[in-house]
Amino acid sequence: MRSGSVKPNQKSTIDKSPVVELANISKSFPGVVANRDISMRIERATIHAIVGENGAGKSTLMKILYGLHQPDSGTISINGVLTQFKSPSEAIAAGIGMVHQHFMLADNLTILENIILGYEPTSYGVLSLSDARKRVKELASSIGVDLDPDLPISELGVGQRQRVEILKVLFRGADILVLDEPTAVLVPQEVDELFVNLRKLVANGTTILFISHKLDEVLSISDQITVIRQGSTVATVAPNAVDRLKLAELMVGSDLPGHGERATKIGKNIQLSARDLTVIVKNHKNPVQNVSFDIFESEIVGIVGVDGNGQFELCEALLGLVDIQGTVEIGGIDASNLNVRERLDQGLAYIPFDRHREGLMLSASLWENALLGHEVSLSRGPMIDFDAAKKSCREIVEQFGVTTPNELVPAFVLSGGNQQKLVVGRNLAKAPKVLVAAHPTRGIDVGAQAAVWEEIRRSRDAGMSVLLVSADLEEVLGLSDRILVMFDGKISAELDPKKATPQILGKYMTGAQ
Amino acid sequence: MSQQLSANRNFDSMRKSLNTLGSSLGAIVLALVICGVLLLVTGKDPFAAYGKILETGLTGEKLLEMLKRATPLIFSAIAVAIGFKMNLFNIGVEGQYLFAALIAAEMGTHVSLPAPLHVLFILVVAMVSGAAWASIAAILKITRGINEVISTIMLNYIALSFIQWIFETFFRDDSDGGLNVKTTEIASSGRMPDLVDNRLNGMFIVALFVAFLYWVIVFRSRFGFQLRASGLNPIAARTAGIPAKRMILFALLLSGAVAGLVAMPSVIGDVYAYGPSSTPTQFGFAGITVALLGRNHPFGIIVAAMLFGFLDSTSAVLQLSEIPSSIVKVIQAIIVLVVVIVNEASSRRYNRKIAERAALALKSLDVSR
Amino acid sequence: MTNSKNFRLLVAIFGALAIISTVRLWTDQDGLTSSGTIGTALRLTVPILLAGMAGLWAERCGVLNIGIEGMMIFGTWAGAWGAWQFGPWVGLLFAILGGMFGGLVHSIATVRFNIDQVISGVVINLFAFFGVRYLSELVYVGKKGGGISQSPPQKWALPRFDLPILSGGEIAGWKSPDFLGWLELRRWFIIGDLGGIGRGLTHNISWATVIALVVVPVSTWVLWRTRFGLRLRSSGESPVAAESLGVDVIRLRYYGLLISGGLAGLAGGTLSIVASSYYRQGQTAGRGFIGLATMIFGNWRPSGIMTGAMLFGYAEGIKLVASDSITALFLFIAAISGVFLIYAIIRRKRIQVLIALVAFCLSALAYQTVDTVPESLTQSLPYVVTLIVLATANQRLRPPAMAGVPFRRGEPH
Repeated sequence: MRSGSVKPNQKSTIDKSPVVELANISKSFPGVVANRDISMRIERATIHAIVGENGAGKSTLMKILYGLHQPDSGTISINGVLTQFKSPSEAIAAGIGMVHQHFMLADNLTILENIILGYEPTSYGVLSLSDARKRVKELASSIGVDLDPDLPISELGVGQRQRVEILKVLFRGADILVLDEPTAVLVPQEVDELFVNLRKLVANGTTILFISHKLDEVLSISDQITVIRQGSTVATVAPNAVDRLKLAELMVGSDLPGHGERATKIGKNIQLSARDLTVIVKNHKNPVQNVSFDIFESEIVGIVGVDGNGQFELCEALLGLVDIQGTVEIGGIDASNLNVRERLDQGLAYIPFDRHREGLMLSASLWENALLGHEVSLSRGPMIDFDAAKKSCREIVEQFGVTTPNELVPAFVLSGGNQQKLVVGRNLAKAPKVLVAAHPTRGIDVGAQAAVWEEIRRSRDAGMSVLLVSADLEEVLGLSDRILVMFDGKISAELDPKKATPQILGKYMTGAQ
Repeated sequence: MSQQLSANRNFDSMRKSLNTLGSSLGAIVLALVICGVLLLVTGKDPFAAYGKILETGLTGEKLLEMLKRATPLIFSAIAVAIGFKMNLFNIGVEGQYLFAALIAAEMGTHVSLPAPLHVLFILVVAMVSGAAWASIAAILKITRGINEVISTIMLNYIALSFIQWIFETFFRDDSDGGLNVKTTEIASSGRMPDLVDNRLNGMFIVALFVAFLYWVIVFRSRFGFQLRASGLNPIAARTAGIPAKRMILFALLLSGAVAGLVAMPSVIGDVYAYGPSSTPTQFGFAGITVALLGRNHPFGIIVAAMLFGFLDSTSAVLQLSEIPSSIVKVIQAIIVLVVVIVNEASSRRYNRKIAERAALALKSLDVSR
Repeated sequence: MTNSKNFRLLVAIFGALAIISTVRLWTDQDGLTSSGTIGTALRLTVPILLAGMAGLWAERCGVLNIGIEGMMIFGTWAGAWGAWQFGPWVGLLFAILGGMFGGLVHSIATVRFNIDQVISGVVINLFAFFGVRYLSELVYVGKKGGGISQSPPQKWALPRFDLPILSGGEIAGWKSPDFLGWLELRRWFIIGDLGGIGRGLTHNISWATVIALVVVPVSTWVLWRTRFGLRLRSSGESPVAAESLGVDVIRLRYYGLLISGGLAGLAGGTLSIVASSYYRQGQTAGRGFIGLATMIFGNWRPSGIMTGAMLFGYAEGIKLVASDSITALFLFIAAISGVFLIYAIIRRKRIQVLIALVAFCLSALAYQTVDTVPESLTQSLPYVVTLIVLATANQRLRPPAMAGVPFRRGEPH
């Protein structure tokens, strides 16, 4: 990457051609088509929003634009010129700056240092700090931001850090900004401040691509909106031509998956209960705010919502991994002060969001992974009963169709889907009272998915309660007896899956009150 | 969804152990080659050196000395390995074992018990003292989050200081009037008898027993499973209900307890007292190298300890052949470095091969359905 | 630093001077601030300072260096060999190269092969400890003054100097007056102490000491004011972010470790060339680890490391040269703790009050009851202090965020 003399911001000449044009972009990964024939025109000096659900293909598309992936087919034109980015440096050189959802800032370095890193203005290797400082202050005030460049990042709040990321790309002369879910971690006040910055940027001639699922915000800030669903562009509309309901319907689709029938009835006893559950994180918006719900025996309650609205923190709170305000009851017993082991002993089971990070020991064998969390029931006294453990694993493998040569292989050998089946199986095998399942069929092929759902239904019929957290509408609508919609850390609605429509679901999933 | 599970034992842990053994042996050979080059560069004949080592080492007398020298290495390495299994670095074995040696030697002179009980008492005191010193680092980590690498290094030096002060002030026994000051000698009831008179002490058997216990506890028990799980994936372990802080405490306590035995071969098997110049030092760090070489496995540790013991036993004789005796220790250091590097690289390659082999096995299963 | 911070610092220094001067006059222990004590303290500070800086350069680029002790050992040996063969200046050069060798091994193991950084450091320590023994057996046995555990003496010693006018230095052959020495002898309140301290810092100074001290501002300037330094620091703070911005983290870590090794080697060199005139086995005596402790105490900043090294050096110096003054030192600590106690009470910071109270009581007690502090316990001072700092100031310590975490090029985050 070339290091910088400080570049002045280039005002674009009056030009009618779109600044970015994507034509028939397609991209597939093994097993999944991420982008299917996507076309888009983005006009200069506008804010163009891209909306869609999880897995719709938005982030893959942006990664292609940014040079992290190459499209299988289709073209990209920047300022009318056909280009192909083989790496982010090429995209940056063409003026594209990406502000990721997860910031990449060094906490102990100052704002100035983070901004100039890799693009430092120097004379004979010595940093020209006063020049840099001046330039950063210019850029900051041009978008309405007031920051002291010599503050360490650690002292900044989330909204301010985001602004540093924006300044980082501006400093390198970006005039096309791509923002990936920028308001996901912001409180309403910070969102307003961000929009002020964005409008100023546009006034200076910058073009902004804005990925989001929060339709209210999208409607208020964008000049154009493109909806992507299941890998394809569904429509490109202007905000004044569409309202939130219509937009939600475009995003979610006009057909909803069906709801399965059940033979057994919901029980009378409450097995999982949350009251005013709040998770507090320092210097951060509370990820979970005053969540309350009850789940009865033999009932499946689904929590639907776009990832990042507090579902992960809610699960951690139920499991006992974070401190909470409010109460959690398992089987009628107050579990708010119990640790993880004690809650597991009370009959709680958990299928985690990220099986690699939270669920498996990749270099250990399958049977050892199946043993994890269940050591007590598979030991004789203080010693592990190896035969019983291996047998139990074989049973899980058989029952859940884990494709593996045998139970001795290390877990990393299995495909993601089979790893997931093992995790699901080890949880269901012990007939828990309450199952908290986060994306239980993530990465599993369709046939196995149906089988897992069948197992969950079977356990439900036998009395198990399930809290199902998922962004897969087919899964949630198909399995749940009741649906709770989670948005921004709160439960925004309780719905009957049989009566849910795309408009209603979309409305609550994307921020209606 | 039923499938024929392959009886193919190609994937079990035995295979992995064999692979590790193979790469370790290869690494040792590579290290010997490197050392040979070093010897050449400094004007010595590597073949003569290695030949001399083998010649002196492979006598019955020297082999007994090998076992004798291996004994404290086994204790030290197991102490370190317990920590490693949970991703904890107990660099403080040095301080823990010297502290334990002093306390145990002194306490051993203040009780009178019949012979087996007296010895047992001293051993227990040693383990408790070692665990107590290790607990400082554990508590600092649990309550204040202080990384155990730094705290155990600091505690090593603090231990040396503290031990010297206690010894000089309270426990020193000058009745011998000689230059070799020690604590009061332990009565004969508190002495561990020799297996082979003056050549090999009964503590060797204790060391083998401790290695066996290590295997039983860490590889077969529930606690050991939780320990290893916490080392392999602390987040998954926490999510599965394994209490992180308690595991840290127990692991370090256990490690410290085993560390406490490192100097026992000297204290109850040789000198029958603690003394600043009689009790051997540097075993804390040697234990780390043996644990690394033995890959934290009880069998590997025993073999690695014997290898190092073998090399050490030859050093005195090398002197006489104009080969600087410290070459032995240099060889050991280079072996460890090369083994660690080679193992890292080879285990990554092995994992890739296993993944490929499993994929093949799955394909063949599909075909046979 | 802002102006008010500067002012507060000056007030604090002046206050400390006033207190120590009072204590000196009260207890009649000139050793507290005599030029002899301070001069010795400076000499003892140097290796610790360089070891701490070695640790700094390594951790700032993201790699823990537990092997400073081993690299210092290489430095002591190589330095003495060079000084014996060619003279002290060449010796210092060889010392640096010796340390760099250790740094190179460490960097290959940890950066190229991604071995655990702590393990690599520990093994390097062992390798160095026995390696130089082997080399001594090879090279020194049979030479006059040499043997397995020591080297023959250096060809000649590094020149020393006195600052002219202030400390009796020579200007063109004329011996100038020793102004500070004259002040020191007067034993006046504060001025006399300033004289002693000043003279200790400017009299009989080795050029190697000057080089060592210069390392501090040079490191500060390079790390915070050059592109190389910024990129090096980013490799330790957030190598993923740095890589995404085009920084070559791997190469910078190699450089950082070579510099670290070189500084550690220089530290060893000062031990065998300046503090003494030959290599001796065990010369480093754990100073590599005291250097690590100093780095932590100094909050990973060169100025802090300088302060910490000076404090540790001063404590060593008092012990060595003016051990009778140790009790007076307790009085000084008690007085300082008392002042800090009042300050903390006014500021209403409970933990600080507690610490100050404990320090005050312990040091007052020590002053009253202890006649001589056992040598064995004082040895552990820097380590105990470091643990206390770690335990109490955990929030304020700012190690480089990703030091110790292995990094592979192109790894997803």
